[in-house]
Amino acid sequence: MQTDNLVEIRDVAFGYSARQILKGINLVARRGQVVAIMGSSGCGKTTLLRLIGGQIRPGQGTVRVAGQSVGELNQADLYRLRRKMGMLFQFGALFTDISVFDNVAFQLREHTDLPEEAIRDLVLMKLNAVGLRGAARLMPAELSGGMARRVALARAIALDPMLVMYDEPFAGLDPISLGVTGNLIRRLTDTLGLTSLLVTHDVQESLKIVDYVYFVSEGVIVAEGTAAEIRASTLPYVHQFIHGEADGPVPFHYPAPAYAEDLQLGGRRA
Amino acid sequence: MNRTTLDLWVGLFVIAGIAALLFLALKVGSMNTVNTSDSYEVVARFENIGGLKVRAPVKSAGVVVGRVVDIRFDNERYEAAVTLRLGKHYAFPKDTSAAILTSGLLGEQYVGLAAGGDSVKLKDKDQIQLTQDAVVLENLIGQFLYGKAQEGAPQ
Amino acid sequence: MLRRAIENLGNRTVQGIWRMGFAARFFFAVLLHSGTAFRRFGLTIREMYFTGVLSLIIILVSGLFVGMVLGLQGYETLQTYGSEEALGILVALSLVRELGPVVAALLFASRAGSAITAEIGLMKATEQLSAMEMMAVDPIARVVAPRFWAGVISMPLLAALFSAMGIFGGYLVGVQLIGVDEGSFWAQMQSAVDFEQDILNGVIKSVVFGVAISTIALFEGYDAPPTAEGVSGATTRTVVTSSLAVLALDFVLTAFMFRGLN
Repeated sequence: MQTDNLVEIRDVAFGYSARQILKGINLVARRGQVVAIMGSSGCGKTTLLRLIGGQIRPGQGTVRVAGQSVGELNQADLYRLRRKMGMLFQFGALFTDISVFDNVAFQLREHTDLPEEAIRDLVLMKLNAVGLRGAARLMPAELSGGMARRVALARAIALDPMLVMYDEPFAGLDPISLGVTGNLIRRLTDTLGLTSLLVTHDVQESLKIVDYVYFVSEGVIVAEGTAAEIRASTLPYVHQFIHGEADGPVPFHYPAPAYAEDLQLGGRRA
Repeated sequence: MNRTTLDLWVGLFVIAGIAALLFLALKVGSMNTVNTSDSYEVVARFENIGGLKVRAPVKSAGVVVGRVVDIRFDNERYEAAVTLRLGKHYAFPKDTSAAILTSGLLGEQYVGLAAGGDSVKLKDKDQIQLTQDAVVLENLIGQFLYGKAQEGAPQ
Repeated sequence: MLRRAIENLGNRTVQGIWRMGFAARFFFAVLLHSGTAFRRFGLTIREMYFTGVLSLIIILVSGLFVGMVLGLQGYETLQTYGSEEALGILVALSLVRELGPVVAALLFASRAGSAITAEIGLMKATEQLSAMEMMAVDPIARVVAPRFWAGVISMPLLAALFSAMGIFGGYLVGVQLIGVDEGSFWAQMQSAVDFEQDILNGVIKSVVFGVAISTIALFEGYDAPPTAEGVSGATTRTVVTSSLAVLALDFVLTAFMFRGLN
């Protein structure tokens, strides 16, 4: 059964014994869309990506990618599915002991029997798509943060996946790299027919390129909608997030006893 | 680092390592350990083996022909049963005698074989009938003193 | 106070046993996923360069000096009994049976073991291992197993080189410098050193040490918390744990191998 939904998450909960991170998430990503998952730091966004990639299994509920329930696959099937997924890690996670070229060629060499000339053509093509064909011979240590992120993107699309996940693609980039990366995500999604799933807290940049947005807070989805709908949203949480207000539904203070009490203004007990 | 230089270095490393092993095996150690396939074992009984140990060499005419592989105490005859492993290409007559000898004055003890004249050769699991015990220094000194005392005694 | 101390001890014991269990599971996982390390032997060769070839200098130089010291000290002692010719035996037996495998293993643990832990720990901290997993490549098969086998293959070769170098050092000091008779030096050595009992057992020892050091180093790296201090702590633990493991294993192996001899 071929549905339009590439990723389908139903009632997913996940947590470690002490702390429940996700409490019943429902989320859908359609083929060909750029979908963003937003929320404040530490709200379980990255956990969600790891669930989709099958690196962890949900405590309850199902995660379906292309109709397959990720949590129930055995290792061989999971690895087969992962070949159709690309993932861009927060800081690129390039292999530091091999060159940019070899990084992008890594999956081609591991998973295909292509001759070296074909691999070379494919790698240069992918590097060209991110504008770094000239950097093929450099080592990852010689790249700037933004360039490393783009190389990692080229590596993620090396096998022409159907789904690419981005973990904080905008974190720590200068405004120019920010725009470049954002445009790249949109362009690659459209030209290669991918589906992109973004985890980010950079609202302004991502609202420019996404089709649909989910807001996660304290383990549940608090708001969702298209970019226009989110901009117009009157929900206090979304409003605070988009406008970057210090206090609101998300408090400035970490939960603590009353200040006066902490300072022991009520007189010290002897 | 270039792939071929890397391979070259690893190749050199492996060759050097194997050369070192060969050096240890051939130059440092003696490869002529008699192993089980081309050897036979005979037993010799001694009343006293002195300081003989397992792995001590077995020599005949000064040439190492085998090694002591086992020493045990025979509970019925109150003797030491010493098992010698000899190389197959060293055939000894059936009436060969075994003696426990010492290399140098205080050196290592070994088993010396003196060939007899029998035309029948020793076979696996045979016994050596003629044996000569280790010389125990204390006994020797005791005998010497006893002899001296005899000499000096009034007729 | 006492109660706290006992609780603390109990806690540490339980944690230690947990880790041992994890390490054992890790070890079997590595064995199980070793196919790639042999099918694509180039991966293992690459790691042999980093673990074996780069350890060569320290192994050769240390071996030479240890042998020279053995030659000097051994001569001093043997001379008082008038049996200087036995110098060859002393140098060769102590190197081949004990010092070769053990000292080479200790040097290997601090030279290559710590490097392996730091490398794997950093790969984990920078999400390289995660990235590999997401690219449908098993990091145990692709990263860990080749390093494991490279260590296991390199260790006996390094130990043999150490022993050979040491014997050469003993020869230099004993024969060339002091003037022990060359013929009896080698001849006595040859008659006393047995291939099976001494040399083969020494090789077996060094293979066991190679397995132990590689497992500990890789496990510590794989298990390191993904922070700077996590990796540095793991590196220190690799050197300490594997050195202790080598010495303890050496005692056990020696007790088994040379029991009933001499």
